[in-house]
Amino acid sequence: MQSVIRTHLESVSSHSCYATELSFINSSTRRRSPPEWIMKTFCSVWLLLSLVELRPALPVSQETPLACRGPADPALQQPETPEEMDTTGDLEPTHYPARRAATVALHYLNTRHGSPYRVFGLQQVHKASAEDVAAGGRKYSLDFSVTTSPSGSAGPALRCSAEVLFPRTERHTPPDVQLNCEALQQLNSTAEDEAFYQKYITPDSAVSAQYLPDSYGNMSEDMQPFWRLARVAASFIMLRESSENTEFNMAQVASITQQESSEKQLMLDYVVLLHDLPSQEIIQWKLLASWSPDSGVRVLQMEWQPRCPHATKPPN
Amino acid sequence: MKGSVMSVLVVLALVAQDRVACGLEDKSYDYTKYHTMDEISAWMSQMERENPDVASSMIYGRTYENRNITLLKIGFTGATPKKAVWMDCGIHAREWIAPAFCQHFVKEILGSYQTDPKVNMLFKNLDFYITPVLNMDGYIYSWKDNTTRLWRKSRSPGTGNCTCFGTDLNRNFYANWGMVGISRNCCSEIYNGPTPLSETEAQAVTDFLGAHQNQLLCYLTIHSYGQLILVPYGHPNISAPNYNELMEVGLAAANAIKAVHGKSYKVGTSPDVLYANSGSSRDFARLIGIPYSFTFELRDEGDYGFLLPEDQIQPTCEEAYQGAMSIINYIHDKNFRGSAITVTATLWTTLVASWISSANVF
Repeated sequence: MQSVIRTHLESVSSHSCYATELSFINSSTRRRSPPEWIMKTFCSVWLLLSLVELRPALPVSQETPLACRGPADPALQQPETPEEMDTTGDLEPTHYPARRAATVALHYLNTRHGSPYRVFGLQQVHKASAEDVAAGGRKYSLDFSVTTSPSGSAGPALRCSAEVLFPRTERHTPPDVQLNCEALQQLNSTAEDEAFYQKYITPDSAVSAQYLPDSYGNMSEDMQPFWRLARVAASFIMLRESSENTEFNMAQVASITQQESSEKQLMLDYVVLLHDLPSQEIIQWKLLASWSPDSGVRVLQMEWQPRCPHATKPPN
Repeated sequence: MKGSVMSVLVVLALVAQDRVACGLEDKSYDYTKYHTMDEISAWMSQMERENPDVASSMIYGRTYENRNITLLKIGFTGATPKKAVWMDCGIHAREWIAPAFCQHFVKEILGSYQTDPKVNMLFKNLDFYITPVLNMDGYIYSWKDNTTRLWRKSRSPGTGNCTCFGTDLNRNFYANWGMVGISRNCCSEIYNGPTPLSETEAQAVTDFLGAHQNQLLCYLTIHSYGQLILVPYGHPNISAPNYNELMEVGLAAANAIKAVHGKSYKVGTSPDVLYANSGSSRDFARLIGIPYSFTFELRDEGDYGFLLPEDQIQPTCEEAYQGAMSIINYIHDKNFRGSAITVTATLWTTLVASWISSANVF
């Protein structure tokens, strides 16, 4: 037992705690002076807490730099994931498991109904529960409200229910979403969408821009619908890449270049930066999106782009 | 006619002099814009110069790139060491709204301690130690160009074979270091460093908190984004002994925040409302006995994320200020009961007196 503690201390503690604990183990009858007593208490508490999960100090690894690795790479997901507790049965709506599942439902909603003047955002999760399914995987049942940008919290909130299934497969499989929102069918293409379409479907239109918003969070009003379109297009990628261990938002649009319109669709080349909360990584994707008020948003091509000085081969 | 013009001019001159004496409103420092490190350093010197009785700066460490890590110490000078509140902003470089909040907080307390009896009492009984930008190297790097804006970590070079830069400072503290929510890949955004306290910035905070252990009542660390108030610990299996009280205080702060502009902040441990993590400064503070330790994750919830528009700086800072003050006032009133009662009694006496005197007019 002592040697186990010793090994653990070596790997986890600083020298001062190690020395103090060693002296404590070796000579428990010696009277201790006040500073040493304080140190001993602190180190004992420290030892106690560190013993909760006996884990040897791990070596530093440097294989392919993380930002150069592929999407849905296990390393991208939160490492050292502890055993997930309380993630079956009723879920606390403000806790992250419910929120992550709701975020996935939002990505799905945006792929189906998003537009330059309508991006859905999560307002609140009302109720949530989860259960393991026979085929392997976990299914979340959600009751939540969404807002739409640009009006945001000023506009009406829609009540939705969804079932989000995260499969458990060796290689990543995208989640499956069944979704129902009230009054969704009544949502028609807005007048602003129409006007935007008419303005940029003209043959000589060639919009291009970089870094939306800029470093200060600012963006011209003209570019906002393009930024919202990017969020919708990025939702296809975020949906596909999501798991229970990810939580994606679009951090920034690195670039947008309008391509020649095709079959009455606006064609836009985007480079988007996605942010994953648990790993805190910024992941770059290049994509080609089309949109028209009638067809909605479609992503025709998507390509993960490594962000590293010495780019390595992208994954398959 | 000439008399009234003269009296107007005299009044204006007095007002102008009063504003100059206050110093803060008249200067052109724009608290609704993001500022470079140079601007923030100059502003800190200005705060010190203009408020010599209550504000002084302290250098308590160096960054990897050899910059002086500086805090502002604010409060009335006392004979004996006073109890204190610590606030740091900008542990993570890309979270620009956090340093903006620290500046706003300093401006607010310096601008109100002479007129607001509650803030005056705080200055009397407490010292504020406020670090506007902790990760100065990272912050400066995030201002370099568009490609560096989303940098998070420190700027120390990788050790051994590592060709990537930086350690996540908020995984580098001596608090369950390396246990959960970290990566051993040195290129990762949550790389916790080759060893605990490998980063001089984390070492500086550790040294200061250790030296002021007995004085510090409150540890606040400001981040973005997410709209959260996090209580210790980041490890799912470990609870702070005063978890219930921390939750109560946190929930009260979230209510105070909501009252300002209607924004919801969720309250809980990191493993509950965000993700498990270890080696955070908040956990370290709680571990060494600072009873009230909170992480604030400011606006927004993912729309703009780290790139919070400048027109949201003011409302974000206003609501976060109420949240922070809710916590600080709770702690103050709990530790200085007599003073709190005196302030309340003074307020009531003043109110009653003015009521009586106005009643006497009629």
